[in-house]
Parts: sequence; structure tokens; C-alpha cells
Amino acid sequence: MAGRVQIPSRSSALIAMIADEDTVVGFLLAGVGNVDLRRKTNYLIVDSKTTVKQIEDAFKEFTTREDIAIVLISQYVANMIRFLVDSYNKPVPAILEIPSKDHPYDPAHDSVLSRVKYLFSAESVASGRR
Amino acid sequence: MSGQTQRLNVVPTVTMLGVVKARLVGATRGHALLKKKSDALTVQFRAILKKIVSTKESMGEIMKTSSFALTEVKYVAGDNIKHVVLENVREASLKVRSRQENIAGVKLPKFEYTNDGEVSKNDLTGLARGGQQVQQCRIAYIKAIEVLVELASLQTSFLTLDEAIKTTNRRVNALENVVKPKLENTISYIKAELDELEREDFFRLKKIQGYKKREIEKQMLSSKQFAEEQVAEKFALQKGISLNSAHNLLSAGNEKDEDIIF
Repeated sequence: MAGRVQIPSRSSALIAMIADEDTVVGFLLAGVGNVDLRRKTNYLIVDSKTTVKQIEDAFKEFTTREDIAIVLISQYVANMIRFLVDSYNKPVPAILEIPSKDHPYDPAHDSVLSRVKYLFSAESVASGRR
Repeated sequence: MSGQTQRLNVVPTVTMLGVVKARLVGATRGHALLKKKSDALTVQFRAILKKIVSTKESMGEIMKTSSFALTEVKYVAGDNIKHVVLENVREASLKVRSRQENIAGVKLPKFEYTNDGEVSKNDLTGLARGGQQVQQCRIAYIKAIEVLVELASLQTSFLTLDEAIKTTNRRVNALENVVKPKLENTISYIKAELDELEREDFFRLKKIQGYKKREIEKQMLSSKQFAEEQVAEKFALQKGISLNSAHNLLSAGNEKDEDIIF
């Protein structure tokens, strides 16, 4: 198979986050956060001052880092860099769009769910069962 | 259809016919197997699809409760608690372990979250006030992580399976619509060609046979004639006159003898 991607089976990997402050704080409280020796974090707090460029860079960095298995991204942040999220098609790390506190979750925007919908429009998975 | 006229470029011989037939058998078997694999993957795919949708729904609920828990923390412990939390980040205690699952030869990643257990660094958060809320909030977010990790592994399986199904189907279709007709065409071509050769050969043999027959008949005829002549001569000899001389006598009568004057 030409596009076969090697799935690394390491013992432990990190969960990265790109989200608003509250969400990040909550997950940090749960113990997800990681700061390495070079003071590099595995999360990015998005507020009103964060530029799209910063988000893009963080997304690219998280998706290329070896030690990250899952990238959580708030949906409104994902909407800002929708083209990047949609063009991303590797299985690992997995991109997960999560609802944020002050932005309601819309399944139609989710890149994976929209793909599900596109594949099985007859079943209309995303809209029919909601 | 363009596939109808296509065939392999082979020399039409009996050996080649055997080889191509063996290849057709192999292609048929491979096609059946790949079809089964595709079916198995599709079954798995649909199951995952259903799970993804239900998990996404529950994710919304859980994120809501955890957000609410965080709001409680903020209310009780003050808004400044976030700075404490952000400053206390050292090393992740919650990590993800990935392993592989094999479904019909396709390796699917499965994530599991592991908790290192040492929660000491944030233990003192909210010591002054709201400690209980902080703990509850932590538990809520850990639960959220649990769901999210499951969702992530489902989603990754979904993408991998999607890719695998596509390639398998492409192979099935290629075998069905390209390879098999090609081989069948080749077989019919070789058979036709062999038949043609056989007919040619038969015709040639027939021709040769006819020629020989005619030749033999001719010889028989001439030998018969010869024998008849022989018999006639013998008969004449017995009578004392050679047939030839008799002939000559007869013919001599017709001829003008130069010695005879009158």
C-alpha cells in the first residue's frame, strides 16, 4: 500500500491542546500539561490577542511532534484554521475537535463528522441522530 | 468497453494457455478473498461510525459538566487559580498509550490513557479555599479525557479503515474489471489461434492425402495398361506373330516401299 502510515506503538505519548484559557486550565488540572526542558509546552492558550499565524504554527508543530498522540482543538479555533484541519489526513496524531465553553458545538463543522456525512449521506449520521 | 479488446501479448501455445489459465484461477481466488476482506472491513467501519456518533454526543455532555465544575472552582477559589495551575505545569501525569489492533490485516491504532498517579504538584492548589471543588473539577476533566481518548482512537480507526477500504475496493475492482477480462480474452485468443492452426493442419493433410490418392490412381492405371499390353503381346507370341510385327505388317502395307516398283 502506497499511503500506509506507520503507527508508532510507544508506551506513552502526550495529549496536546489548542483551546481557550478555561478549557486548557481544566485539562491542566487533570494533569495533561507538559513542559519540557526547553520550556516548550504541549498546549496553546488562544485568547483575543492570539493571531491565526500562531495557531497555525502551533497546530503544525503539534501534528509533527513525535511524542504527541492526540491533539485537542476547540472548535472555534479549528474554524479559524479550517483549511489546515481539513487537509490533515494522518491517523496519528488524531485531531479531536472539542466544544468550548462559550461556543456551542456544531457537528456539521467537524472535519471528521463532515467526512462521515459525506461518505454516508444516505444514513445522514451527523444530522439524523442528533 | 475498452477491456474487451485487451489481452496479454503472448505467443499462442499450449504451454502459454496453461500458464494463463493458472493465472486466471489465481486472480479469481484473490478477487474472492479481497472481496471478503472488504466486507469485513466495511462491517467494522460501520460499527465504528455508530460509536463515533454516540461518543461525540456524550462528549458534549461531559465537556459541559467539566466546564461547569471549572466555573464552580473559579467561583469558590477565585479567578486567580488559573495562574496557579498554569505555573504548576511540570510534566504530564496523564499520558496516552497507543497499541495496535489487527482487523483483517489492517492495523488500527488504539489509545489508552494512563495515569501516573502522582498528583502532588497540583495537590496544594486551592488549599486556601475551594479544595473540594478543585478535586471535583480534576475528576470531571479526567473523565472528559477518558471519553476524548476513546473518541480519538475511534476517529483514528475511522480514518485508517476508510483508507484501507478504499484501497481494497480499488484492488477488487481492478481484478474484476481489468485483470480477469484480460486473462479471459487471452485464453479465448489462444484457443482460437490453436483451433485455427489445427484446421490449417487438417486441411493440409487432406490436401496431401488427395494428391497421393490421385498419384496412386495414375500409377495403377498405367500399370494396368502395361499389364494388359503384356498379356496381349504374350497371346500374340503364342500365336506366332508378334503383335508389334503384326502392327508393323499392317502399317507396312500402308507405307510405300521404295523397293517395290509396281
